[in-house]
Amino acid sequence: MKFRGLTRLAAFVLASLSASLTHADTPIRWAADTESGAPFVFQDPKNPERLIGFEKEIIDGVAKRLGRPGQFVQNSWDGLVPGLERGNYDLIINGLEITEERKREIAFSTPYYITAQQLTVLKGTQGIASLEDCRGKKVGTLKFSLAHRMLEQFGGIEAVTYEAETNAYADLEHGRVTAVLIDAPIAQYLAKPNPKLELVGGPIGEILYGIGIRKNEPELVAQVNQALADMVRDGELRRIYDRYSLWNPLMAKAFKDPGPALEGPTMYEYFLNATQPNRSRTMGERLELYQSFLPILAKGAVTTLEISVAAMCVAVLFGLILALVRLYGPKPMQWLAITYVELIRGTPLLIQLFFIFYALPHLGLKLSPFFAAVLGLGLNYAASESENYRAGILGVPRAQSEAAAALGMGRRQTLRYIVLPQAIRIVIPPITNDFIALLKDSSLVSVITMVELTKLYGQLASTYYDFLGTGILVAGFYLLLGLPFVRLARWVEVRMSLQPGTQIDQERSWMGAARTRAFAWVRRPSQASE
Amino acid sequence: MAGIVSIENLRKSFGSHEVLRGISLEIQKGDLVCFIGRSGCGKSTLLRCINGLEILDEGSVTVVDQRLEHKKGEKIDPTEFEKKAQALRKNCGMVFQDFRLFPHLSLLDNIVCAQTIVKDTPKDEAIEKARQLLSKVGLAAHERKLPSQLSGGQSQRGAIARALALNPLVMLYDEPTSALDPELVDEVLQTMKQLDQDGMTQIAVTHEMRFARDASDYIVYMEEGLIVESGHSDQIFSEPKDERTKQFLRKFL
Ligand SMILES: Nc1ncnc2c1ncn2[C@@H]1O[C@H](COP(=O)(O)OP(=O)(O)OP(=O)(O)O)[C@@H](O)[C@H]1O
Ligand SMILES: [Mg+2]
Repeated sequence: MKFRGLTRLAAFVLASLSASLTHADTPIRWAADTESGAPFVFQDPKNPERLIGFEKEIIDGVAKRLGRPGQFVQNSWDGLVPGLERGNYDLIINGLEITEERKREIAFSTPYYITAQQLTVLKGTQGIASLEDCRGKKVGTLKFSLAHRMLEQFGGIEAVTYEAETNAYADLEHGRVTAVLIDAPIAQYLAKPNPKLELVGGPIGEILYGIGIRKNEPELVAQVNQALADMVRDGELRRIYDRYSLWNPLMAKAFKDPGPALEGPTMYEYFLNATQPNRSRTMGERLELYQSFLPILAKGAVTTLEISVAAMCVAVLFGLILALVRLYGPKPMQWLAITYVELIRGTPLLIQLFFIFYALPHLGLKLSPFFAAVLGLGLNYAASESENYRAGILGVPRAQSEAAAALGMGRRQTLRYIVLPQAIRIVIPPITNDFIALLKDSSLVSVITMVELTKLYGQLASTYYDFLGTGILVAGFYLLLGLPFVRLARWVEVRMSLQPGTQIDQERSWMGAARTRAFAWVRRPSQASE
Repeated sequence: MAGIVSIENLRKSFGSHEVLRGISLEIQKGDLVCFIGRSGCGKSTLLRCINGLEILDEGSVTVVDQRLEHKKGEKIDPTEFEKKAQALRKNCGMVFQDFRLFPHLSLLDNIVCAQTIVKDTPKDEAIEKARQLLSKVGLAAHERKLPSQLSGGQSQRGAIARALALNPLVMLYDEPTSALDPELVDEVLQTMKQLDQDGMTQIAVTHEMRFARDASDYIVYMEEGLIVESGHSDQIFSEPKDERTKQFLRKFL
């Protein structure tokens, strides 16, 4: 009896051990871009903190069958593949078309959805029903999509590309493009319900969506394929497509399931109900909506602020080091600093962020998105700050260093106690300006999976089809973030430039005077020197 | 007799322009010496060579026990020279025409920081000394002001106090009153006279001939990088030996 109990215990221990070895509880991380993500993966219009979408349900089914909890990672569409290669997540499921080019980079599961491109025009447009009719016209589509390539290869059509599908349709409404060519599910969700737009022509081409997986993980590919096959067999996949009203003849043929729907299009209707009134909300409804945005945007603002403040600290410290090396370091170091500054200033911040996040891991340095964002912004702004410092240091009259030397101070002492404190005062206003600029540039870090204010703007505005009101709200958040720093800088400027206890109280009430006064001495010695 | 400052065969050029062309001079302890001469004759350069603000091309300068020298044709290492000059400046304070107080520090802190940074003097000791010096130059009431809130005369007296705080044995002045309004000149010269009575060795480049005549012990008259004539001020002013000195002084007195 006792013996049997022991074996059972041992078996249990072994089983749980081996389970943990196969990552049974490690979450399976999957990525998508939820910004204007309907019907793939997007925020529930009734509760922006919840994700819905047919791909969300598919991945939940896959994760369940893998026996691992699913964990969502937000990344911008452009960055999905590099982020996978970098190991930020294990799967991509986001309407990623299976193409030969992508297959060179990553592996794909078997297709989980088959669809086609759909042409959309403004309601009442005459004479446009096929790509042939679009020759000589502008056609909008998604950046880096299959439709984009199709347009370019077709010839004679000017392709206009967008980051987000909602923007493509908005431009169609505003008449900036003649037609939009986008994957049929998107057209069905975003264009079809819009009374101003009209879907025309039949399906164009054939698109296969697959789940993206790293090439070196064939077991995971096999597991995912198995899970998908199971979902086809037990009808779960079909039910998901029925709920989202996305089952189509191509699917029926490929999955040999021509039968009638197993479920009603509940999610499609849910989506339509939730988003349709967006176009005609009353003021009260709008205000209520905006109120529900506040906590979400506040979270994004905290992220923006954290990144910006941390990056500015890096920039202010490293910039000082760069400036000192450039002015006083040994020759080779000076050249190194100059090269660094020129290199950073001569290349786009976006490229630098991509490089730090996606390229450095190939060299063995893998940073978390937050640190990559801080480092990217910090190193970039360090280049500008070093120039500010340099101008500040050179702006301190030579007479001051000479006076310090005549007192018997060494070069270092002179720099530290006499030159730098004066340079700092010159440099505070431009550095404050740079901080405000950095605050705004921090919006670029959404390309490396950080969800901050600007990303949230895109997500919320596209979900609710409200770019104006949400935009004003987000702009307000940026202003609120920047304001305290402008104030703080002014205060420091005044504090540093005037001695407490002297008759400066009237001037304090008008900052401008304090500023003029603070800088009077910067000019004076240089005028008086021989 | 070897002086507290001694200069031997000093030469200095800027580019191809030879500004000092072989200067030799002994300055005795406790004297107030004035360098006079026309604009551009090299007075400031000579003064700046004494505390090593200019690198000598040739010759030597000795202040108390520290010597800067450069033999002809020898290569000079600026860092090495600066190190020696820094040691020499321990005994040598300097006051400039444009005051050069540190604008980011109060008057008191200007004088305190000179001591704490250069000599590692404890802060409270430095403050006490600074206050003593400020009352000596008549600025006790202004210690909390920033340099931008002081008049020229006050600034220059502050600069003198700052230099004195380091206990120099020699003080150098380059036209200390030239940037001042006429009514403020006297307060600075008064301070220098007082220091002379205390036994300080002082060297001043000046265009104040009245001051040179009445207050100084010794006069050096220069022309084009050379000393034309030097001697006790009574002698120089009452019976100059050189024709050029006579001509120069005639214009002023
Ligand atoms: N740093 C320098 N670089 C080049 N030339 C200089 C430099 N400093 C001084 N000179 C030149 O050296 C000469 C002597 O200058 P210095 O300042 O010693 O004259 P000074 O006798 O003090 O004249 P002043 O009474 O006008 O002050 C002048 O011709 C001046 O132009
Ligand atoms: Mg001069």
